[in-house]
Amino acid sequence: MLEGFIAAAYIVSAILFIMSLAGLSNQESARPGVYYGMIGMALALVATIANPAVDSYLPIIIAMAIGGAIGITVAHRVAMTEMPELVAILHSFVGLAAVMVGFNTHFDHNELVGAAQKVHSTEIYLGVFIGAITFTGSVIAFMKLRGSVTSAPLTLPHRHLLNLALVIACILMMFYYVAAGHGAGTVVALVVMTLIAFFIGWHMIMAIGGADMPVVISMLNSYSGWAAAAAGFMLGNDLLIVTGALVGSSGAILSYIMCRAMNRSFISVIAGGFGSDGAVIAGGEEEEQGEIQEVTAEEVAEMLRESDEVIITPGYGMAVAQAQHTVHEILVKLREKGVNVRFAIHPVAGRLPGHMDVLLAEAKVPYDVVLEMDEIDDDFPQTQTVLVIGANDTVNPSANTDPNSPIAGMPVLSVWNAENVVVFKRSMNAGYAGVQNPLFFHDNTHMIFGDAKDTCDKILQAI
Amino acid sequence: MQIGIPTETADNDKRVSGTPTSVGQFIKFGFSVVVEKGAGAKASIDDALYEQAGASLVEGDDVWQSDIILKVNEPSDEEVNKIKEGATLISFIWPAKNEELMNKLNARKINVLAMDAVPRISRAQAVDALSSMAGITGYRAVIEASHEFGRFFVGQITAAGKVKPAKVLVIGAGVAGLAAIGTANSLGAIVRAFDTRPEVKEQIESMGAEFLEVDLEEESGSGDGYAQVMSEEYIKAEMALFLEQAKEVDIIISTAAIPGKPAPKLIEEEMVEAMATGSVIVDLAAASGGNCELTVAGEMVEKHGVKIIGYTDFASRLPGQASLMYGNNIANLFKLLSKEKNGEIDINFEDEVLRGMTVCKEGEITYPPPPIKVSAAPSKPAAAPAKIERLEDKKMSPVVKNSLIGAGALLFLWVGSVAPLEFLTHMTVFVLSVIVGYHIIWNVTAALHTPLMSVTNAISGIIVVGALLQISSGQFWIVVVAFIATLIATINIAGGFYVTRRMLEMFRK
Repeated sequence: MLEGFIAAAYIVSAILFIMSLAGLSNQESARPGVYYGMIGMALALVATIANPAVDSYLPIIIAMAIGGAIGITVAHRVAMTEMPELVAILHSFVGLAAVMVGFNTHFDHNELVGAAQKVHSTEIYLGVFIGAITFTGSVIAFMKLRGSVTSAPLTLPHRHLLNLALVIACILMMFYYVAAGHGAGTVVALVVMTLIAFFIGWHMIMAIGGADMPVVISMLNSYSGWAAAAAGFMLGNDLLIVTGALVGSSGAILSYIMCRAMNRSFISVIAGGFGSDGAVIAGGEEEEQGEIQEVTAEEVAEMLRESDEVIITPGYGMAVAQAQHTVHEILVKLREKGVNVRFAIHPVAGRLPGHMDVLLAEAKVPYDVVLEMDEIDDDFPQTQTVLVIGANDTVNPSANTDPNSPIAGMPVLSVWNAENVVVFKRSMNAGYAGVQNPLFFHDNTHMIFGDAKDTCDKILQAI
Repeated sequence: MQIGIPTETADNDKRVSGTPTSVGQFIKFGFSVVVEKGAGAKASIDDALYEQAGASLVEGDDVWQSDIILKVNEPSDEEVNKIKEGATLISFIWPAKNEELMNKLNARKINVLAMDAVPRISRAQAVDALSSMAGITGYRAVIEASHEFGRFFVGQITAAGKVKPAKVLVIGAGVAGLAAIGTANSLGAIVRAFDTRPEVKEQIESMGAEFLEVDLEEESGSGDGYAQVMSEEYIKAEMALFLEQAKEVDIIISTAAIPGKPAPKLIEEEMVEAMATGSVIVDLAAASGGNCELTVAGEMVEKHGVKIIGYTDFASRLPGQASLMYGNNIANLFKLLSKEKNGEIDINFEDEVLRGMTVCKEGEITYPPPPIKVSAAPSKPAAAPAKIERLEDKKMSPVVKNSLIGAGALLFLWVGSVAPLEFLTHMTVFVLSVIVGYHIIWNVTAALHTPLMSVTNAISGIIVVGALLQISSGQFWIVVVAFIATLIATINIAGGFYVTRRMLEMFRK
């Protein structure tokens, strides 16, 4: 009877998880959606603990109390600009947990024979492999986002060959591991493979540049899901499999969306090294720059006051400068004056899919004026003033015009069609892709240099 | 510097060279502005409005003491003598036919910018007064025609019977022609248009007229945006077309003018005779001789039952509109003249717009300017737009794709045949979950991608279930590892859900 209850509880949990994700289709249904997820999780935990095989309650209570306390404290304190870091480190936990569960399963499983043993060994091996890559990869992504490791891509010589050799080594060891069954050497194989996988994860993410972080994070999100699904296979637990598959496909789709938004193939992102190639090309074209026009905050304020339609396109620079609250105040003031202000969000703006939306939401910008690229791109010609705050590559016209540009073909926001474009920048440095932006030299483009927050403050005062 | 806006005296012109709007901009640029009392009266602009905009009102001659004089029509001899030496005059000048005037202005070392000599390049459009006046002229031409035409333009079926729509032929699709097409079209007439330049076909059609073509291959783009004189053979075919049209249409509006030359005679007496009684011809080229043989410049005449309008002051007949647009054109010119916005002007010959417009500078006649070629003639092959590949264009070849699918299916069948049944059950669950996940995630709105990631973080903490099952194993190391795994997975669950909820609370309308 109890077994029946547990199985039923797992099914209900799985459905609740699905409802939780389905709720995210819009902002209204998303809020109740989270509660479905929480109820599903609580149910799954109760059902697992109710399992007669689980009887050491004390360590469970201690572990969950500590983990829960840490989780809530961190989640409570984290600033919205640090969301990418939080997401990355949480991925690494899933990866690490998958490795641990895999090792435990290796040591603590029932004697199996024949095909069942082979399948089971494969499941353990793959689970640990994916988990290990996810773990170190996410840790590096976390450190790159924090800035403890430089975000420039690390390119070891022959890095593709190196990765390939390591993967082949892992595959060979898998054959041994599976064939040897419960032999003494299997532990060694498992440990060596884990170390190699740790290295692959580290090396792979080290080679990816800062601008590709949205793809990296979505990819690691996907991996953490597959790791959970692999754990489900090794434990024969359908709930883990369902959840892992949901998370895995979610991450995969996000990666795909991000890659499409940059017009790059998934393989080329993972192969890494972007940004370094770009810098070389940009260097060669330096001569054909034009003159830039600088404006003061007061002039920008006047431009805004005299406009009917204003579009703000934020980028990572706004997040770095924490300017979202000031931007919101500008929005409020302009709205009082009857100016229609909207936001245009490029899919890869920021370091995390949807990063800008969260920051603007944090600053209480109503979400119905925050629009996606496809929704708003046609409106630029009817717009008097566009503020580009800390965005660069996502508004680079050479993506459409210069086939040699490293970002050629990437869909970009066509801000240059507006009457006036004001670009907020700290300096004339190229963006993360290392590509010079001809937008800055357009006749209708005005540059305003300095920290985005200070600049926004000045504009706010002048309006 | 002081800008002066005098009253127009020529030919009872009702326009004025500056409006309160343009005055406001001059003041903002640091200039002081004086306006002759009553300058805007005929254009229905009260003196008080100028004062409100920051100008001071002066009597008669005082306005001529300014450093910069803005006018609509070229100055009379008397006016030339009133202008300060070394001052700047901005006005229509028509330098090609007013050589004498140019010499007089130059003798007094007056810098002259001719508003009719704006180069036809896109950057200069904001200054192009000829275009703005032509637009008004085209509009007014239709209004004058409708005034003289005894019937509706629009076709109607009424209780009192059926009314046929008027048919309008517009000759020449420059700015005036296009404006006439648009106006006639919006009044409900059937509009046809003819132009020797085939490249304007699209513009004509976009304004709602039918483009008439002559069956002859000939080029007429001159590269500077104006039409050229055509060959004899072409003109014969053109005339035949016009004669045929004259029998059908009720109104002809002709706008064909070639800069610096007398207007081509396109409408012969024979065609006027062919038109139905009560028809109207508006000849916008009357000032340079007229497109119609019977046109009398400045007047409306009736020949063979057809009214032929030869007015030369269409723009002045809409004085408010014309002054506003002309004023704005000049205001835009000051953006080029006074880049610093410091109340000083600099006639910079590096700027090809200013170079083109400047007729006299510092005692030298600088007309005609060196040519600038702009309009893309159809003969020139347009530069092929750079092709930029989107990744979607590159699809995997079907052979590779199908063989990959085939190989995958075979592999799976093999695994299925050797693996235990339990594995296949799990696999079914897995595959179905991936499919469910695929459909659900595509529905997630882009704005919620970050919450999506954090909530998947939370639910992938479900791996805690595995650790929980192992924590009771009794073997010390396994318990320790399971303990740690439980701990970190719980961080995920708690942290992920908490931060997701925190974020979603922020999304407010």
